[in-house]
Amino acid sequence: MASLIQLLVSGLATGAIYALIAVGFTLLWQTSQTINFAQGEFVMLPAFFVLAAVNFGTPFWLAALIGIAVSVVILGLLFKLIVVDPMLRYGVLPLVISTIALSLLLKESAKDFYSSQAQPFPALVPATDIHVLGAVISTQSLAVLAVAIATVAMLHFVLNKTRLGRSMQATAQNPTLARILGIPVQRMVLYTFLINAALVAIASILISPIYLAKFTNGETLGMAAFLAAIIGGFNQVRGAILGGLILGVLDNLSAAYLSSQYRAAFPLLILIVVILFRPQGLLGRVEERTV
Amino acid sequence: MSLSMSRLSLFAAALAAALGMAGSAFAQSTVYIPAILELSGAGAVSGTNFRDGMLLAIDEINAKGGVLGRKIDTPLLDTQSDAGISRAQLQKVLDNNPYVVLGPVFSGSVLVDMALTQQAEIPEIVGGEAAAITQKNDPYVFRTSFGQQFSMPKIANYIRDGVKAKTVAILWVNNDFGKGGRDNFIKEMAARDIKVVADVSTESGQADFSADVVKIKGANADAIFVYLNEEESARFLREAKKQGVTAPLIGETTLLGQKVIDLAQGAAEGVRGHVGLTVDAPIPAVQQFADRFKKRFNYACDHNGIKGYTAVYIIKHVTEKMGKFDGKLFAQTLHGMTITPQDEPGVLMEVSFDNNGDLDRESFLGEVVNGKQKIVAVLPKIGK
Amino acid sequence: MNRLGIAAIAIGVLVAVVAPFLLKPFGIYLISMWAVLTVAAIGLNLTLGYAGQVSLAQGAFVGIGAYTVALLTQAGYPFALAFVAAGLLCFIIGWLLGYPALRVQHHYLAFVTLAFTTLVFLLLRNEQWLTNGIYGINGIARPIFFGWSSVKPLNFYFFCLTALAVLSFATWWMLRSPWGRAFVALRENPVRAASIGVDTRRYTLMAFAIGSSLGGLAGALYAPLVQFIEPGSFALNLSFNLLLMVIVGGSGYFFGPFVGALIAVLLPEWMRVAEGYYLIVYAALIMVMMAFCPSGLLGLAERLLKPVARRGRLEPILRAKEAAQ
Repeated sequence: MASLIQLLVSGLATGAIYALIAVGFTLLWQTSQTINFAQGEFVMLPAFFVLAAVNFGTPFWLAALIGIAVSVVILGLLFKLIVVDPMLRYGVLPLVISTIALSLLLKESAKDFYSSQAQPFPALVPATDIHVLGAVISTQSLAVLAVAIATVAMLHFVLNKTRLGRSMQATAQNPTLARILGIPVQRMVLYTFLINAALVAIASILISPIYLAKFTNGETLGMAAFLAAIIGGFNQVRGAILGGLILGVLDNLSAAYLSSQYRAAFPLLILIVVILFRPQGLLGRVEERTV
Repeated sequence: MSLSMSRLSLFAAALAAALGMAGSAFAQSTVYIPAILELSGAGAVSGTNFRDGMLLAIDEINAKGGVLGRKIDTPLLDTQSDAGISRAQLQKVLDNNPYVVLGPVFSGSVLVDMALTQQAEIPEIVGGEAAAITQKNDPYVFRTSFGQQFSMPKIANYIRDGVKAKTVAILWVNNDFGKGGRDNFIKEMAARDIKVVADVSTESGQADFSADVVKIKGANADAIFVYLNEEESARFLREAKKQGVTAPLIGETTLLGQKVIDLAQGAAEGVRGHVGLTVDAPIPAVQQFADRFKKRFNYACDHNGIKGYTAVYIIKHVTEKMGKFDGKLFAQTLHGMTITPQDEPGVLMEVSFDNNGDLDRESFLGEVVNGKQKIVAVLPKIGK
Repeated sequence: MNRLGIAAIAIGVLVAVVAPFLLKPFGIYLISMWAVLTVAAIGLNLTLGYAGQVSLAQGAFVGIGAYTVALLTQAGYPFALAFVAAGLLCFIIGWLLGYPALRVQHHYLAFVTLAFTTLVFLLLRNEQWLTNGIYGINGIARPIFFGWSSVKPLNFYFFCLTALAVLSFATWWMLRSPWGRAFVALRENPVRAASIGVDTRRYTLMAFAIGSSLGGLAGALYAPLVQFIEPGSFALNLSFNLLLMVIVGGSGYFFGPFVGALIAVLLPEWMRVAEGYYLIVYAALIMVMMAFCPSGLLGLAERLLKPVARRGRLEPILRAKEAAQ
């Protein structure tokens, strides 16, 4: 029994990371029809910004803030202006190709300009272990969970209880109508990009102490983001969170109780089943088709 | 119409240049020893380490005038960790008549490339460790580290005699390196009547090892053999410590490397195992090499760096022994040869080659004590 | 097809036939690889460019085809049989995959096919009894037909070129047929096509299955070309690369795959002058290309050469989208 609890606890901790990454991914899709295949690399990169700042001698807390700021500018603002905007009018596919190329670019840049080796990353909280219900969880994982929950709660609050947030939601649901109502649509879309950049930067700082900063981190994380977003519901922030948590737990359970060689297959099968039978995901709303 | 015709001919010329039509005349003052390595993709860490060790050796040798008066010219070709691309790159260099080819490191690519170099009768010094490499009757392939068919018996003996385990669990990474090691290991365990009670595969790049540790704990083995790549080793060790794994953790080279010890942040204490090639060996020549490497490249190299370094010096030594640049004679000369650090300081440790291209060296048993790798015993070469 | 187009094709054929005699073995290997990838890209172009379905499964089909040929030829069966088997098997699997998968919309299909590709990779890697697992299959022989051996690079290239010619002619003929015209109708507006009585699902499924089958045939050529296959070569990376080829060449244009595959094979070689950074330059170039000519190189060529009324297939849709926003 203790091992089952251990698996659940560890799975939730990992799932919280996936959730954080999936939320931004979902936001981008909702507001600007951007499927960001580079989302994994977006999570990989900010850690290197922070490490570069630390190498220059800045204290960690400052370096972390610098890392988040740089990410917001590069992965949020510049990403939107240089990559997304010129291509949106051509439809989804060129943008998909471009983000695929972007993921390659970011990955190789991290490898060539920083290092191909994994780098240790300073932790926000010292790594001690807490025993709960016969299972062990590290304080780092708890911190991840806590920050993830806090971030998502804050996001939820902003999106639903503030005027700005509701404008962003309106933009997501119906840009034309939003424009008619006087909502500055382009600015709303920009905000979602900035929010995504901030979210991935926070995720990066949270997970790099555990994962170690490495240029290949984006591959598995990106895939996890897609899976979580779709399983949970592509058009609901809550869905992305639920998807992430489910994915983390599922991954652990399938690795422990089913074949370990096929551990990666289980989430993929769930994905296929969800897409075929409930494409809007567990919590999503059915998408309307434009004719 | 004429504009597009000239545009087309320009395109054709560029096409021709790219496809290697341009003649390649190499000055007689250099010797062409190309390197085909994994510089991107899954094998980037191994390939870049090998490359940097190689470059260090080449610069040292060229600074002293080169080999037999000719400087070494080593263009780097990236296989992108794909066997098909590796074959293409090899074909490209074969078109230009290399003297010796260096690399690749990934065993899959090595196996493909070997067939071509054998046909072309060009010696190839590789970084791969899969057993199959030296089992193909190829007189032109040479290793730079133990094949898995030699390293696994050493580990197995240690587990039987040193750890005295009757049951063992194995945790391995699911790529050709990990699977090859696992397959050889299982064979050696069976030959020594030690029962494998858990056989857990993990994915390359995996970050969450909680499920694997749960499985291993449940198996209650006397010893746990861990055969992963570097980061995964560190992550696993931390998870194992967290969940309170008490059985001894045994590794092969990687697990006891300083890199893993640092990344694991204390979780590597007490890890033991066999160490084939390491910058932490208590041999002055190796230590000095490690310092030079660190000074030049700003990171501590892994065993692939040593492979690359020694490979170049082996080429230098054999060539000087022959007195000329003859690929076929090179292969014949190297078979059965023993090179000592007295003859050639660049090999760092005494090394012998057999007729299959396998090498024999001293190796070590080590343990991680107080955050450092401590050599507990020196294992002599298999053949005296 | 106008005179400029015919001239371009004629020159292309001439270069394709003459060039190998002027090249070293590496060059011949490269253009053989080009021919093989073009077959796979033609298949994907059918699925994506003509039928409008975003598939990330093409890499997996190339893999299935390659393994089929490798296993059958090493078991003693003649290559011709293995070749046909590869195409047939991929057609069937494509059909079975497409049947449920094509009910969902574009971006969802991308993820289903992405999952499929990874699952195929896992199968190829884990089922060692069948595929030799992670170690791959080595020493795949090149076929011999009635005494003519394709072992030498030059011969094998002409074998690939012939296969490419036959398959592209077959595809061209199919597209000219009433079926082919229905494919085009599908891409432009599925709802409108349905309203005029085209059984959209059936045609989409056919396009997907035929496209997959072409992927399998490309794999059947890949195996004897490289003479070594391993599961890792057929995972998502290959699917992405093929997608890139089709888009960069010009999705929906018949010769798009030819151009796209050429770029994919040659660009990394040209880029090697940038030493270690060539992948970065390659990725950046792709992104720039997407920003300025998303209808691919052939779309760009068309725009430059035909400034007036007659434009390509994508243009009317792009303009309509712009107007709507």
